[in-house]
Amino acid sequence: MKVDEALVRRIAHLARIKVEDADVEHLKGELTSILGFVDLLSEVDTDDVEPMTSAVDRCMQPRPDVVNDGGYADDIVGNAPVKDDHYFMVPKVVE
Amino acid sequence: MSELTDMTIAGARKGLTDKEFSAKELCEAHITAIEAADEALNAFIVTTPELALALADVSDQKLQKGIGGELEGIPLGIKDLFCTKGTQTTAGSHILDKFTPAYESTISKNLLDAGGLMMGKLNLDEFAMGSSNETSYYGNCLNPWKRDTDGANLVPGGSSGGSASSVSAGLVMGATATDTGGSIRQPAAFTGTVGMKPTYGRCSRWGVVAFASSLDQAGPITRTVEDAAIMLKVMASYDPKDTTSVDIKVPDYEKSLAGGVKGLKVGIPKEYRVDGMPEEIEQLWQQGIEWLKAEGAEIIDVSLPHTKYALPAYYIVAPAEASSNLARYDGVRYGLRVPGDDILSMYENTRAEGFGDEVKRRIMIGTYVLSAGYYDAYYLKAQKVRTLIKRDFEEAFEKVDVLLTPTTPGPAFAPGEKGGDDPVEMYLNDIFTVTANMAGLPGISVPAGLSSEGTPLGLQLIGKPFDEAGLFQVAQTLENAAGLLPAPDRWW
Repeated sequence: MKVDEALVRRIAHLARIKVEDADVEHLKGELTSILGFVDLLSEVDTDDVEPMTSAVDRCMQPRPDVVNDGGYADDIVGNAPVKDDHYFMVPKVVE
Repeated sequence: MSELTDMTIAGARKGLTDKEFSAKELCEAHITAIEAADEALNAFIVTTPELALALADVSDQKLQKGIGGELEGIPLGIKDLFCTKGTQTTAGSHILDKFTPAYESTISKNLLDAGGLMMGKLNLDEFAMGSSNETSYYGNCLNPWKRDTDGANLVPGGSSGGSASSVSAGLVMGATATDTGGSIRQPAAFTGTVGMKPTYGRCSRWGVVAFASSLDQAGPITRTVEDAAIMLKVMASYDPKDTTSVDIKVPDYEKSLAGGVKGLKVGIPKEYRVDGMPEEIEQLWQQGIEWLKAEGAEIIDVSLPHTKYALPAYYIVAPAEASSNLARYDGVRYGLRVPGDDILSMYENTRAEGFGDEVKRRIMIGTYVLSAGYYDAYYLKAQKVRTLIKRDFEEAFEKVDVLLTPTTPGPAFAPGEKGGDDPVEMYLNDIFTVTANMAGLPGISVPAGLSSEGTPLGLQLIGKPFDEAGLFQVAQTLENAAGLLPAPDRWW
């Protein structure tokens, strides 16, 4: 698995991380190295193996479907970089 | 340096109850120690001396009335991955700039409710991604131990580098830590401290900044096995706010310490004898086997055939879960925002500036392995391998009670010595610890001796699910046989 420039840029876009031109080259090498390392798994026969879905053999506990929390909008927006009253403010999305 | 900072939690607890000293005196001694070491070790991202002293006053009043909690007046450090109400929580990342939680994580709340004093927030690898504390936005944390061959400064391990360094250096008596692939046990081994990663589900993850949700588990780092037992008992709890937290009784771990290992079956997994492992690690392991045998344990060779696939599977599962968990950092609701022409460029600019190189690499790997057309080949495959790893352990635990292995493939190294050209070189640090995370099992690292470079080495015990008590029992036997390491020279 060799990671090329187009793939670096495609992954970066999917991950919503801006990548500078100067970083593409070393990312190519590093991602190739990591993907090469994990390719070791291809030698394991997993044909009749179920994927693991939980680290412990326990069922999650259901809880009553009731409102049991909330009512602190000031806290929710308390750390917002830009806010207006109880709204998070972002650049205009809809023209 | 005051001898109050050399005490164990167990010793200090007795001293406080017997009124040999006050919580305030104990707290002040630790504040002095922290101030003296702060510049050299950089173990803390933020210190909270006023808060600690205010808590110490409350502790003294409670101790006076004889109503102190289990950790009343004990100075503790909190890894800066745990949300603490009113105190900044950074996860070691620029992207959480100025983030001040309006809530307290369940674990730190448990510790505060038991009377623990929070001395500050401890340094860590950014979002707990690293094995050397070199990826922190707040700078490297150093190991109080130096290499005696060349006097070099060393890394404390990671990701819980600040936790391990501060406990080893006598700045706090115990610290919270988290372990996704070895981040409690590896730094404990590098600093001569005890690090316990409990079974997945034993401690609540609520309020702990998420890295890889199916692997993350919190636990204590302390100077003795007994102290780890005291701390874990308080940290562990069933928490309805964490759906993966398990509702079973938390035993009184202190009661299991004296159990010994007579008649216990200890498994030695042959796959942990890896190519290129230094001779001194092999010798340490043999020494551990001899110690347990001398105390009456039965040593049994076992096989965990899928061991070598654990680390590659981890480097699919952990980045995949991280890429999903870290999607929330977009500059909208908290932390750093870097403006852009539109909302997409704001996201991209914020994440480019806010995340460090290692975090970006892992998000990108995770994004790739989860992307359309690759999910089955990578993520699903890795989860199937995880089933095989877990099955290996289940079969081994039909024959033995506990497994003994080295904690790390080598001793602490110097900053910049590993992973500079190839990130995989750094990842190999977790080769012996990551298996327990993949299978959700408890593991503990106990200091067992010194390397040829004069630095600490640890032995690891891996146990059955929810058998932390059994691990403490064997760990105490190892500690008794190995003897406590001397405190590192205070060169700072």
